[in-house]
Amino acid sequence: MTAALEAVGLGKRYGRRWGLRGCTLAVPSGRVVGLVGPNGAGKTTLLHLAVGLLQPSEGSIAVLGDAPASGPAALARFGFLAQDSPTYPRLTVADHLRMGAWLNPSWDEAFAARRIRELGLDPRQRAGTLSGGQRAQLALTLAVAKRPEVLLLDEPVASLDPLARREFLQTLMEVVAAHGVTVVLSSHLIADLERVCDYLAVLVAGRVAVSGDVDALIASHHRLVGPRRDRLPANQQVIEASYTDRQSTMLVRSHDPVLDPVWSVAPVTLDDLVLAYLRQARDDAPASSPALAVAR
Amino acid sequence: MIEFILDPSSGVATYQQLVQQVHQALRLGLLEPGDRLPTAQQVVASLAINPNTVLKAYRDLERAGLVRARPGLGTFVVGRLPRTDPAAQARFRTSMVGWLRSARDAGLTPDEIEAIYRTAFRDCLTEGVA
Repeated sequence: MTAALEAVGLGKRYGRRWGLRGCTLAVPSGRVVGLVGPNGAGKTTLLHLAVGLLQPSEGSIAVLGDAPASGPAALARFGFLAQDSPTYPRLTVADHLRMGAWLNPSWDEAFAARRIRELGLDPRQRAGTLSGGQRAQLALTLAVAKRPEVLLLDEPVASLDPLARREFLQTLMEVVAAHGVTVVLSSHLIADLERVCDYLAVLVAGRVAVSGDVDALIASHHRLVGPRRDRLPANQQVIEASYTDRQSTMLVRSHDPVLDPVWSVAPVTLDDLVLAYLRQARDDAPASSPALAVAR
Repeated sequence: MIEFILDPSSGVATYQQLVQQVHQALRLGLLEPGDRLPTAQQVVASLAINPNTVLKAYRDLERAGLVRARPGLGTFVVGRLPRTDPAAQARFRTSMVGWLRSARDAGLTPDEIEAIYRTAFRDCLTEGVA
């Protein structure tokens, strides 16, 4: 099966700084993929590389097996919604649909018209006068009506209020249920992703810290609490550990069940898991400026 | 038809919550053989969750012999959960209330009583598994 999105050793340099480096990721198709990471982790850079708005400085990336934007056929296969759902403020809702129909060979007129009706949007209204939530829904309608196989969304709900956020994700999930499109969406809020994503990639400082099926990730990570220990069996990978003089608390990755009776084992939430990887990456990162030298 | 709700703070996986709610509805008699479960599309539209999650829950229920998917028609309840005899339920409830009263009379605080119950419950259930 062709990966929906595949990056190998992908890097993008902005001047002297790397926005993304050594990024290797294979996203299976038919999934809803969450791309999580703090601001500046490289989420937007990765998405822009995927759609051909940026060229890689090193490595390669492919969408559905094709190099990004390699021709009209490749362009027709994915839809991209940039951050803050850009629309043309002076064009009306109807203008946007007409433009979508002109520009996209596989345009689904019936879907677009029905969607606008369901949203209760006035076709004569200018996009600039729509609310943030309505504008996001209009932009999503355009991206979906071109009937892409892969939909890439950059922070689609970050600027929306809670109600608009829920409605946007409802629409998106209905589209996934109806058309089986692969979705890759980025967010710095895990709560947004928890409900909708079944595949997760955590991006920190331009690298993929962890990625995989959400249920498999949750099932293979455990929180252990027990008497102080500095060593663990070899089949467990410690993501995070904290100690008091008596107690050890760890978040470990282990495919086998933890049977040692000294540990009390608790499941982790997606939130715990992502935060542990974010902290691990931060603590492992080489200092970008020289560390302070201590004069002796 | 039942409607699913989600408790994001429960720490229970979403598909597991859906499975549990169907079990609960079967136990309470809200769902009976022949009833149709909401379609993935309906669940997705109301909860804004991934359709794969709904399908996963339904597959789990199907494996347990509780529902069957009929292509093009929907997913239907075909099984029942064994319901314990109401008289037995009442008997255990009475003896539990008696135990709780005696614990309170012995001066245990509600927190202590709950902790005893929880650890005993867990020990008892893991006995069966191991």
